[in-house]
Amino acid sequence: MGEAGIVSELFLERLNYCIYVILLLIGLWAMLAKRNLIKKLIGMSVFQTAIILFYVSIAVKEDATIPIYLPEHDPHGTHHQASEDKNESHVSEHAHGPKVLDPKTIKGYANPLPHVLMLTAIVVGVATLGLALALTQRIYQGYGTIEEDELLEKLDRADERAGLSPLITNKRNAERRKKAQQAKAKPSSSSTAKVSKKKSPSGSSQPSAKKGVKKKA
Amino acid sequence: MDNAIAWIFIFPLFGSVFAVLARFVNRKLSYPVSVFSMAGATWAGVETLRQAMSSSEHEVSYLLGGWTLDLFPRGVGIEFRADLLAALICLIVLGVGLLVTIYSKIHVEKETPNKESIYYSLLLLQITGLAGITLTGDAFNLYVLIEVAALTGYGLIAIGSNRAAAATFNYLILGTIGASLYLLGVGYLYIKTGTLNMVGIREVIEANGLSDSATMQVAFILIGVGILIKMAFFPFHAWLPNAYCNAPTTTSCLLAPLVTKVMIYVMIRMVLTVFGVEFSFESNIWVSWMPWLVVIAIICAAFLALSQREIKRMLAYLIVAEVGYMVGGVWIYNYYGLIGSIFHIISDACMTLCLFLGAGIILHKCKTTHFDGLRGLFTRMPLTMIGFFIGGFSIIGLPPTCGFFSKWYLITGGMVSGRWEYMIVLMFSTMVMVVLFFRLIERIHLAVDESGKNLGKGHGDLGLTKEQTRFDEAPLVMLLPLLVAAATVLIIGVYNQDVVNQIETFLQAYDLPRGVEYK
Repeated sequence: MGEAGIVSELFLERLNYCIYVILLLIGLWAMLAKRNLIKKLIGMSVFQTAIILFYVSIAVKEDATIPIYLPEHDPHGTHHQASEDKNESHVSEHAHGPKVLDPKTIKGYANPLPHVLMLTAIVVGVATLGLALALTQRIYQGYGTIEEDELLEKLDRADERAGLSPLITNKRNAERRKKAQQAKAKPSSSSTAKVSKKKSPSGSSQPSAKKGVKKKA
Repeated sequence: MDNAIAWIFIFPLFGSVFAVLARFVNRKLSYPVSVFSMAGATWAGVETLRQAMSSSEHEVSYLLGGWTLDLFPRGVGIEFRADLLAALICLIVLGVGLLVTIYSKIHVEKETPNKESIYYSLLLLQITGLAGITLTGDAFNLYVLIEVAALTGYGLIAIGSNRAAAATFNYLILGTIGASLYLLGVGYLYIKTGTLNMVGIREVIEANGLSDSATMQVAFILIGVGILIKMAFFPFHAWLPNAYCNAPTTTSCLLAPLVTKVMIYVMIRMVLTVFGVEFSFESNIWVSWMPWLVVIAIICAAFLALSQREIKRMLAYLIVAEVGYMVGGVWIYNYYGLIGSIFHIISDACMTLCLFLGAGIILHKCKTTHFDGLRGLFTRMPLTMIGFFIGGFSIIGLPPTCGFFSKWYLITGGMVSGRWEYMIVLMFSTMVMVVLFFRLIERIHLAVDESGKNLGKGHGDLGLTKEQTRFDEAPLVMLLPLLVAAATVLIIGVYNQDVVNQIETFLQAYDLPRGVEYK
C-alpha cells in the first residue's frame, strides 16, 4: 500500500472515524482552553456528539435494514395469513415469540445496539447540558460575568475573604461595627457630643483591659 | 428474600419520588421518608451480602426483565451481579447513605431552606446511582449509572451558594470528560468483543487471546484515564477541593466518603473482572510506571493538605492522597496490595465519613472550620471531638482503628512486590498525616496561641473564658451518626480478619502473585 492507499483509506473508507477524532479534539480543546463558559459548553456538546458519531459509525452496514423482521422472515406474518383460515390458526401457535434466523439472513439486518446505546447517551448529554446551562445562569446572577478570567478573579477574592482566620475577621467586623456606630452617631448629635462619645467607649475599654491583665497576672 | 438486589434500588428510587410528593402534604415529611427508604435499602444491602456469603459461588445475580441465562446468551439484557466485593462496597455505600441522611436534618433545613424535598430527592438518587455502580454487571449500564451519580452530585453541590455553582461548573466539565472517555473506551471494547456484559467481555478476551490487540489497549487507556479523572487522581484532582468545600455540609459528608471510593471500586472491577488480570498486568507497560505516578500523587497531595488552614479543605486534599494509596495498592500488582486496596476502600469510607461529619458539627457550632477558631473545642464538645479524632487516628493508622490494618496490607503488598518507592511514600504520607492531626489536636487541646505564647497556667487551664468552656454538645441527630461511624471504624478494626476473609474469598478466583516475583 503506497501513499495513495493510505489517503484513500483515511478519506474514503474511514472518513467517519477521521471526523470523529477531529470533532473529539475540537471539543476537548474548547472545553479546556476557551475562556467563555458558554463556549466551553459548546465544546462539551461537540465532544459528546463526536462519541455519538463514533458509535453510529461502528454500526453502519451497507444494504442492511432495521432489525424488524422482513415479511419473508416474520413468524407473525405467516401467522396472520394463516389465521384467515380459522381451522389452521392453532397450528401456527408455536411460531409466537422470537425466531432464530440463520446467519445468512441475519446479515441483512443492522445491529441495533449501538443506536440504542446512543439514545441513552443523548439523553444523558441533554441532561448534562441543561444542568450546565442552569449553572451558568446562576454564575451570571451571582458574579455578573461568564468570562472565566473575570470570574476567577472574583472567586479568588471571595475565597481569600472566606479563608481568612476568624481572629482577623472578628477584629475587622468589630472595627466595621464601630465605624457603623460612629456613622450613626454623627448626624444625630453636635460636634462636642461626638468627641465625648468617641472618648467614652475607648476610655472605658482601656481600664477594663488593664484590669483583665492584672487579674490574669 | 430472593430479590434483595432489586430492593436495594426500589427503596431509594421510589423514596426519591415520594420525597418530592411529600412536599405537597407537609414539607417536613421528606426527611422521615428519606430515612425510611435508606433504612430499607440498607436492610436489603445486608441481605444481599448475607446471600452472597452463603451461596456456593459467592455471588448473587439478578437479571432485569427476565432475560434469563438459560434462554438467552450472556449479554442479552442487563445483569446486576453482587459478588462479595460488590456486596461489601454496596453495603458501605448504603450504610454511609443512611447515616448521612439521618445527620442531614438540621443542616438541610438551615442551608437550603424551602428546597428540602428536592434536596432529599437528589440525595436518594445519588445513593441509588452509587449503589448501582457497585452492583451492575454491564459495562454500558455502568456508564449510565456513573452519569446518574454525577448529575445528582452536581445538583447536590450547586444547590448551596453561588460559589458552589461556580465550583460545580469545573466539576461538570471534568466529570463529563471523564465519563465520555469511559464511554468511548466501552465502544472500543464492544467493537472487539461484541458484548457489554462484564464477565462476557473477559470470556471473549480469554477465549480469543485478544491481549495483544491494539484496540483493547486503546480501550484500556481510554477507560483508565476516564476513571482516573472521575476519582480525582492527583493531576486530575483540581475539581475536588473547591466542589467539596463550598458544597452544603450534608453533600460533602455524602460525596467525600463515597464518590472517589466507588470510582476506585470501578477501576478494580475493570482490571479484575472486565480486562482480566493477565491483560491488565502482564501485557502492558503501565504496570512499571503507575506506582511512580502514585508516588508523585501522594507526595503532592500530602504537601497540599499540609498547607491548608481550614479543616474542610485539608480533608479534601487528604482524600486526594488516600486515592493515591488505593490506586497504588492495585498497581503494585500483588495479592496483598489488592487486599489492602479493597480493605482501604471500606475503611477510608468510614473514616472520611467520621471526619466530615465532625467537621460539619464544628461548622454548625463554631460557624467556622478555620484552624484558628478551634481553641478549647474539646471542653465544649467532648463526644464530637472523640468521634472526629477516631477518624483522624484511623487516617494516620493507629492500631485499634481500621486504617491501621488496611495500611498494613498496602505496605505488605509494597514490600512483597519489591515496590519500595510505594512503601516509602506510604510511610512519608503517614508522617504528614501525623503532623496534620496533631497540629489540630494541639489547637484544640493546648493553650498556645498562634504566636506560640502560652495563654493558660497549665494543669488543664487553657486561658479560656467560661463562655468558651461551657459544655455545648451537638444535637443528637448529628452526634449519633458520628458516634456510629466512629464505632464502625473501631469495630471494623477489631474484626478486620472477618472482612479480610471475605475479600480473600473474592480474590481466590484471580491469579495474583503472592511472593517476591518482581521482575
